[in-house]
Amino acid sequence: MTPSNAAAPLPDSGQGTPNTAIDGQDLQGGGWSDRAYDALLTAFALCVPLLLVLLIVALTMAAWPALKQFGFGFLTSSDWDPAAEHFGAAPAIYGTIVSSVIALVIATPLAIGVAIFVAEFAPRWLRQPIGFLIDLLAAIPSVVYGLWGIFVLVPALRETVMPFLRDTLHLGATPFFSGPAYGPSMLAAGVVLAIMILPYISSVSREVLLAVPRSQREAALALGATRWEAIVGAVLPFARSGIIGGIILGLGRALGETMAVTMVIGNRHEIAASLFAPGYTIASLIANEFAEASGDMHLSALMAVGFVLFVITLLVNFVARWLVWQTSGGTRKVG
Amino acid sequence: MTVRAFRSAALALLGIAGAVLPAAAQDLTGAGATFPYPVYSKWFNDYAAKSGVKINYQSIGSGGGVRQISEQTVDFGATDGPMSDDEMGKAKGGPILHIPTVMGGVVVVYNVPGAKGQLKFSGDVIADIFLGKITKWNDPRITAINKGEALPAQDILVVHRSDGSGTTYIWTDYLTAVSPEWAKGPGKGKDVKWPVGLGGKGNEGVAGQVQQLPGAIGYVELIYARQNKISFGAVKNASGNFVTASTETITDAAAGVAKGLPKDTDFRVSIVNAPGKSAYPIASMTWLLVYQKQADAAKGKKLVDFLNWMLVDGQATAAGLDYAPLPSAVVKQVKARVASIAVAK
Repeated sequence: MTPSNAAAPLPDSGQGTPNTAIDGQDLQGGGWSDRAYDALLTAFALCVPLLLVLLIVALTMAAWPALKQFGFGFLTSSDWDPAAEHFGAAPAIYGTIVSSVIALVIATPLAIGVAIFVAEFAPRWLRQPIGFLIDLLAAIPSVVYGLWGIFVLVPALRETVMPFLRDTLHLGATPFFSGPAYGPSMLAAGVVLAIMILPYISSVSREVLLAVPRSQREAALALGATRWEAIVGAVLPFARSGIIGGIILGLGRALGETMAVTMVIGNRHEIAASLFAPGYTIASLIANEFAEASGDMHLSALMAVGFVLFVITLLVNFVARWLVWQTSGGTRKVG
Repeated sequence: MTVRAFRSAALALLGIAGAVLPAAAQDLTGAGATFPYPVYSKWFNDYAAKSGVKINYQSIGSGGGVRQISEQTVDFGATDGPMSDDEMGKAKGGPILHIPTVMGGVVVVYNVPGAKGQLKFSGDVIADIFLGKITKWNDPRITAINKGEALPAQDILVVHRSDGSGTTYIWTDYLTAVSPEWAKGPGKGKDVKWPVGLGGKGNEGVAGQVQQLPGAIGYVELIYARQNKISFGAVKNASGNFVTASTETITDAAAGVAKGLPKDTDFRVSIVNAPGKSAYPIASMTWLLVYQKQADAAKGKKLVDFLNWMLVDGQATAAGLDYAPLPSAVVKQVKARVASIAVAK
């Protein structure tokens, strides 16, 4: 990416410019094969937005009966009762957001720490194996995370971590770490999600950090900064927008993760302040109930929560774009 | 480079599609319930070996089975819970017949530290535990029916299915039958609004949580409990006896219900809390859904032939897979029902 450009001496880039101009002319004035190729690629490119539009239309149409019947109460009610055909998705919406936020809070510092270590401190021979092992985390199927969650994480949380947080650290006095520790809980879901999104945030951050021009570091060191000051003051600000991009990628993954969360969250339609209490997420709700949903209103309500998840994801992406845009403006000033 | 790479990728995709498509030819297709899938797939295998008729069955869940047969996208559906009149009315191909195939039971599993033998439960006790009204294992109502057990003062933790399932339907059907309060409150369905407890996904999710959490109680399919060697409780039946679930006691439950059935029953009947001294009370039939009028003569004949085979040879192999076979009186009635299928000439 950028490091070769930045490190390259000036004459090189002087040679590069005419070359690209010739390439451009070639493409424009090419024969029919180039035009056909162009049209084909344009068609492919248009397919994706078209799919998105079709998806929105289909989802909205299927969700409409439930949205019409329950209105705003669909978002605020906690009453999810398929037998009586009353549907309120507040616990699932709350759980989706809270479990993802817990995951981000745990995963972000870890992932950025790993990325800084790999990019800045690790000896060359260690870089590859560590990066590979972390990327491997992303390759594990989520059902495997779920099983690991049930048999290893949840018992560990119940017997060690939860009593430690509640009694040893006296966090039980706050509403967030109080109540009985069953194991399957919002906290368990957050921890599993944190492990699952860690590789995404850390790979992106690592690549971005490696792409920071050497001159950036050298300048800071030349001014008398310590290695740590150079990273905090010169490297991280340069990489900020890329790292935020990585975090948002992780958040998007956490919002939509289904299987592993379903297996450890306890699947209860209830909004509880305590992270030890079971909860629900939108993706788990759909995975749990869709296959056997036979009533029209039940199906429509499931489509409606899918629609809500879609809207949440869109909002997150808009915010992310805005953040990246904001911070990349800042980067230019720093660079 | 890119063009070449793209071209080879496209060719590879075409190759895959070409390899997969021809395998799709089947004589009959069906879709639905997951609970009877193991026995159905054995039947379809055995039947293909005997008659050469290939049946493709997708275990997509009862809800999907009902939807697909209603839309006529499959030749038969399968469900763990009978269709409602409303759903029957929406079917595009006319009247739908419910053909019972086998039966399954649901058992109570628990994790009570210090319990020595098999615990006993009654319907009202189970209902009040699941309603959150009985909260300790040493509650007098539990100890009264478990004399000789020293039950601890441990909190009861309810574990239920989080996914919609026929197992939950049978369980809540039973609770509705034995507890007026349950009938008024959560009611029966494949998903209900649980007053208390944690949700686990699938039999394995419920069983896993029950085994890990001291004080937990939950419910799983008999087959799952037997195959995974999980011990389960005995349940008091309508005659007042404590019965342990088995394929025999479930068949007895169906036999008890069958005595009271009218001759022209449509088999959309519940067999929970069935009469009979040895009847296990938490059980249900599972059904194949077929149209009474078969428009396609060839397919209709194959389907009827299969159903008749299933009622004789199929029943004999069911118990080997831990499914309860239909009692002989019911088989006779179902045969008459199958004979009423009208195949177009």
